[in-house]
Amino acid sequence: MNHLETNFYEAVSVILFGIGFMNLLLQNNLIKKFIGLNIMDTAIYLFLAAQGYIFGRVAPILTDGVIDASYYINPVPAGLVLTGIVVSVSITAFSLALVQRLYKHYGSLNMDEIMRLSREEEGE
Amino acid sequence: MEHINWIHNIPFFSIFLAMLGGIITALINNGKIAYKIHMAIIFLICIMSGILLVDVAAKNEIFTFMMGHFPAPWGNELRAGPLEALMAVTFSVVMLLTVGGGANFVFKDVVPEKQHLYFIMLNALFGAMLALIYTNDIFTAYVFIEINTIASCALIMAKGTPQSMVGTTHYLIISLLGSGLFLLGVSILYGITGHLLFPQMKEAIVELIKTEQYHMPLLVVTGFIFIGIAIKSALFPFHSMLPGAYGSATPTSSGILSGLVLKSYIILGIKLIYCVFSAQVMESLRITDILFAFGLSGMVMGSVYAMKERTMKRMLAYSSVAQIGYIYMGIGMGTRVGVTAACFHILAHAVTKTLLFLCCGSFVEDSGGKEKIYHMRGAALRNPLAGIGYTLGALSMIGIPLLAGFISKVYFATASVYSPGKMAAVLIVLGVSMVLNALYFLPSVIAIWTPAKEALNSPSPSVSPAFAVSVIGFIALNLILGIYYRPITHIIQISLDLLAQ
Repeated sequence: MNHLETNFYEAVSVILFGIGFMNLLLQNNLIKKFIGLNIMDTAIYLFLAAQGYIFGRVAPILTDGVIDASYYINPVPAGLVLTGIVVSVSITAFSLALVQRLYKHYGSLNMDEIMRLSREEEGE
Repeated sequence: MEHINWIHNIPFFSIFLAMLGGIITALINNGKIAYKIHMAIIFLICIMSGILLVDVAAKNEIFTFMMGHFPAPWGNELRAGPLEALMAVTFSVVMLLTVGGGANFVFKDVVPEKQHLYFIMLNALFGAMLALIYTNDIFTAYVFIEINTIASCALIMAKGTPQSMVGTTHYLIISLLGSGLFLLGVSILYGITGHLLFPQMKEAIVELIKTEQYHMPLLVVTGFIFIGIAIKSALFPFHSMLPGAYGSATPTSSGILSGLVLKSYIILGIKLIYCVFSAQVMESLRITDILFAFGLSGMVMGSVYAMKERTMKRMLAYSSVAQIGYIYMGIGMGTRVGVTAACFHILAHAVTKTLLFLCCGSFVEDSGGKEKIYHMRGAALRNPLAGIGYTLGALSMIGIPLLAGFISKVYFATASVYSPGKMAAVLIVLGVSMVLNALYFLPSVIAIWTPAKEALNSPSPSVSPAFAVSVIGFIALNLILGIYYRPITHIIQISLDLLAQ
């Protein structure tokens, strides 16, 4: 229980990751699926940001000429989060474009429905 | 200033050139010119990688290349040794032959306004695969995994048919699950080791194991990362994305995706095993056993699904599932000989499956877009070159001597001797799987050589010179891997020794 309190952010982010993951896997609605993807990615950014932050320290921007590393937080996770956001935005854009094209053709956002219609088309 | 070996710039320059090709192609609104630029770039990268391979194999060295101005524990690095160079050479040769021979399919299937976009994606994909081969930094690996995913999805949906869009959606969703798991694994691993570069992570993990700290997180992380890689490379229970995607895509895309893209993730996995987790840790965490079991079931189940298929491309896709199973079986044996066999099979499968997809695409084209195997009756008689290519490819997959597939099976069987607990399972499943391979490949081979009544009247299709060169090139590669395999396995062995240091 003690561990849970110290790793509160990490625990929450892993739960969020699970929610996002299951949505991406099990949702039938394509838009909800990709919302799940975004929850999953955001959970990881929370995780990384929580890992990088150290209580009582400030952002790693040189102020008042203090160059002692123990005064600042770790900047690397923030960099990773930024990279991750770029990746996740491009993937979301791509997926939504794909969903749009599927909707134009099949008139549905339901994956099962789309699979059924696609199989019928193929069977012709 | 110390002397800088210019050959050490090749890994970075290859990746940079492929990415630059993508950017240049974006400015050119013409598919034919984009194709020529793409071919020139791959040719250049192929020659450079060849030089790199000769150099590192002769000196027996592995070197790191610093990216940017920050030294080891903070900066970003590339690392190249004989294995990386060998894979880069093979990938560029296979890419050259596939795109060269398959360009006609692209120009036929993709609408003219979007043809140059197809080549942008090919450039990006090639750059990402090279980066996965060369990288020495786990977060860079994640970023390029995602670039690989987007580019491969774009290649699948390039055809623009509704089936290909559904296939892409499936492929995208499963791939994203895989990369999500990989990213979570990487984040936690960064949290417990404090590093992103492979060598520093390895030191930290050895220290963690020694002091018995973080045992559970380490196990979970290894699980996340390897399940992520297994999903991305379509290991058996996660294979459901392949048939729909490969069945509906342009044959060129299917060939590249099955022959190369899946392999790039496996190569990353092998590098992670040796450079980050080390074989002993993998063994003690029992991850190799799990990969071994999945690999074995994939070998059998992939073939069983392939037998049930009536469409040739989907059958080839399921056959890929079985072949990926072989590779994971080799990795799962946990010995260096097993991984050597797996690496050799990566090469053998890359040169064989792309050949099969190209020939299959040509049959489909000749029979007027019909894809079922019974529509292809007599296809080989109309187009003998593609017929010979398909037959040789099928024989290689089954494991007939003188062809690449035979050597990898011999190596798998030999490697099993070194891991006594797994020997019986490997030999039995290897035997069963070879019989199953024959059971689904031979009917299709017989079908294409059986004369069909209506086919006799139809004019025989013309074979483009590029396609002919590509098929002959692939057959030659198959024979080279099947006959002069010793130098190649020697390179793989020495490079695995170097990686493990």
